[in-house]
Amino acid sequence: MANGINGINGMNGTATKLSVIESKGAKAIPSGNQHAISLLVNNRPGVLIRIALVFNRRGYNIESLVVSPAHNGKFSRMNITASGEPKTLEQIIKQLNKLIDVIHAKDHTDEVTVEKELALIKVNCPSDKRTEILQIAEHFKSQTVDLSESTLMLQVTGSTEKLDAMEMMLDKYGIKEMVRTGKIIMARGSADT
Amino acid sequence: MANKTCTGAEALIHCIHQHGVEYIFGHPGGAAIPIFDALVDSPIKFILTRHEQGATHMADGMARATGKAGVVLVTSGPGATNTITGIMTAAMDSVPMIVITGQTIQSMLGLDAFQEADVVGISYPAVKHSYLVRNVNDIPRIIKEAFHIAETGRPGPVLIDIPKDVSGAVFEPNYNVEIDLPGYSIPTHGDTAQIARCADFLAKAKKPLLLVGHGAVISDAGRALKLLAEKLQIPVVNTLLGKGGFPETHELNLGMLGMHGTAYANKAVADCDLIMSIGSRWDDRICGKYAAFCPDAVKIHIDIDPAEIGKMIKPDCSIVGDARLVLEELLSMARKGDTEDWLAQCRKWRKQFPLKYGKQGGLKAQYVLDEIYRISKGKAIVTTDVGQHQMWAAQFYKTDSRFHWISSGGAGTMGFGMPAAIGAQFARPDALVIAVVGDGGFQMTLSELATAAVNKLPIKILIINNKYLGMVRQWQALFFENRYSGVDLEGNPNFVKLAEAYGMKGFRIKRNADVSKTLAAALAYNDGPCIIEAEVEKEDNVFPMIPAGSAISEMVLEAPKKAMAKPVGST
Ligand SMILES: Cc1ncc(C[n+]2csc(CCOP(=O)(O)OP(=O)(O)O)c2C)c(N)n1
Ligand SMILES: [Mg+2]
Repeated sequence: MANGINGINGMNGTATKLSVIESKGAKAIPSGNQHAISLLVNNRPGVLIRIALVFNRRGYNIESLVVSPAHNGKFSRMNITASGEPKTLEQIIKQLNKLIDVIHAKDHTDEVTVEKELALIKVNCPSDKRTEILQIAEHFKSQTVDLSESTLMLQVTGSTEKLDAMEMMLDKYGIKEMVRTGKIIMARGSADT
Repeated sequence: MANKTCTGAEALIHCIHQHGVEYIFGHPGGAAIPIFDALVDSPIKFILTRHEQGATHMADGMARATGKAGVVLVTSGPGATNTITGIMTAAMDSVPMIVITGQTIQSMLGLDAFQEADVVGISYPAVKHSYLVRNVNDIPRIIKEAFHIAETGRPGPVLIDIPKDVSGAVFEPNYNVEIDLPGYSIPTHGDTAQIARCADFLAKAKKPLLLVGHGAVISDAGRALKLLAEKLQIPVVNTLLGKGGFPETHELNLGMLGMHGTAYANKAVADCDLIMSIGSRWDDRICGKYAAFCPDAVKIHIDIDPAEIGKMIKPDCSIVGDARLVLEELLSMARKGDTEDWLAQCRKWRKQFPLKYGKQGGLKAQYVLDEIYRISKGKAIVTTDVGQHQMWAAQFYKTDSRFHWISSGGAGTMGFGMPAAIGAQFARPDALVIAVVGDGGFQMTLSELATAAVNKLPIKILIINNKYLGMVRQWQALFFENRYSGVDLEGNPNFVKLAEAYGMKGFRIKRNADVSKTLAAALAYNDGPCIIEAEVEKEDNVFPMIPAGSAISEMVLEAPKKAMAKPVGST
């Protein structure tokens, strides 16, 4: 069952096969109604839609969704950030766990986990602003991945809050485009995610 | 083990037969032809229905009469979409069912091919699980998994969509396969510590009450339940689908609770100091206004589905597990409290607020049902449709044993009753099967009269003909100042003549004086199905009634003099 994708994914440590369905503007700083959910699911067609329906039926908006093959390619990992009524979340988690294709679903809100996100930001960058912008980039430990006469593309990784902050700093130069992967989560220590 | 080659369809039918299936209900079409071809040489009997919805309700009726999955086979596109109501009906009531749909060939999937419908996509919210079979080699495993999923844990419908090139493919099947369901586990025994806590609560309670739901029926908890209730001397109420989980003629039974439950059951619910649900999901039909539901009583919840715990009611003690196994363990720990005064109170309510109906005037549906209960000695398997007649049947046809009450509860699907009776009669050929239906709902699936007639099934179809969509009319009468809208069934056929048109026997009851004689004759008639049309009073209403979304204490026992406030509950 194991496929090639899994090997690549496991080895270099970065998610090379990420599909991001939706990534809302990062202006919305995670509020009390934002939840970080992780799932281990069968790596099969149709699984995503079953999961999405559980959220949809109970009025939850999926803010970001990351799907990648798990280390064992028979399964996939899903990380979902979603917003909605906290009291509905317990029911959503239970309904997710009820799905035959879901091995387990967990809510990590308010838990100690490692959370990372990656963003590509294309910012307007006339030559006279280049130094200034590169200073900001350096501050956030981001990398320049593309450069043109009038634009600069930066790659930044880290917490959602860090990415939000960098976005805010770059806003005044004019962000032409931005893509964010959405949050990926892993439990610290020997605990299972 | 070496196997001969065969088609995917042949392997499919072989696997279904191996599982012990005797009947498949359905309707053919192009995309399912290879599967129908495989049926020709199979010992499985195929029952041709006149509409795919009928097939699903027949499979459902068979499942509810046996506890085993009913099987449906239909073609793609419209054939497949016609099963959706039946699938949803089964899902809402936790009924095991396998629905096999033909599908266009894989290379045409997603290209709007003739009779292509994304039935897997359409049915997601209504199934326990579903499969689109893409590889013929997967058929033995998928069939094994499908029955396992449908019949275990909290049962439910499983849909299997099979493209024609898969059912038609020739291969060498390996039947010796394991199921592969890492995400599926079935709760069995409950947590012993919680069961012990539950026993403590029960011993302390002065006014305890057992609430029996469909889960108790499904898990065959009846014996343990009876021993427990008798040992602890606790009264019992049941939901509409819990009928048969605990004998309704037992002295501890107070009958059905909820919207149209008995007054004494509802009074006991409103007044108890402990209520223990065994396989009920605290549905809005029984709880009414949640904020006002037994606010001071200890609530205990036993359910096999963890998602039910805390969904509607926050329990003080919950046990996830199979109802029978949990009750058996509880039985050994439970200690009797002092319930004598409480039982005396319940007996008093029963005397004070009996189920009643007027004996004067036109023919009363309640009287007809009371009589059919008496004449059949309460031994019949009763299926119902949805509406006033369903509630009256639930009130007056007391159910004493498992698998004898078959009614669409969660979905409330009109058109369910008669096809469900067909399925039940196939499953239990020697049983007396009575379908109690309304003149409205019956017409939604009446084409299945042909299925009943051609198979000479001796089902008794009792049509409670009030010439109205009675239950809706009742709401309009009580809450909408008698402004009747869309409820007049003008244009009903002559149901006795309709029976004759299908070569069936028809009986008609018009007067109180005819009831016993005609019912006795109809029940004695066994040369195939018969219709008994009871022309009842047109504008009678079902009582007691707790308006939707109201507290149990707001129960009304008889027609109020003035108009009532519009209910706040959804339906
Ligand atoms: C398929 C479907 N459509 C609509 C309804 C809403 N509904 C509930 S009861 C009822 C009236 C049923 O009328 P009838 O079958 O004559 O039974 P009665 O209430 O008169 O006994 C209706 C329309 C339903 N439950 N199911
Ligand atoms: Mg009617």
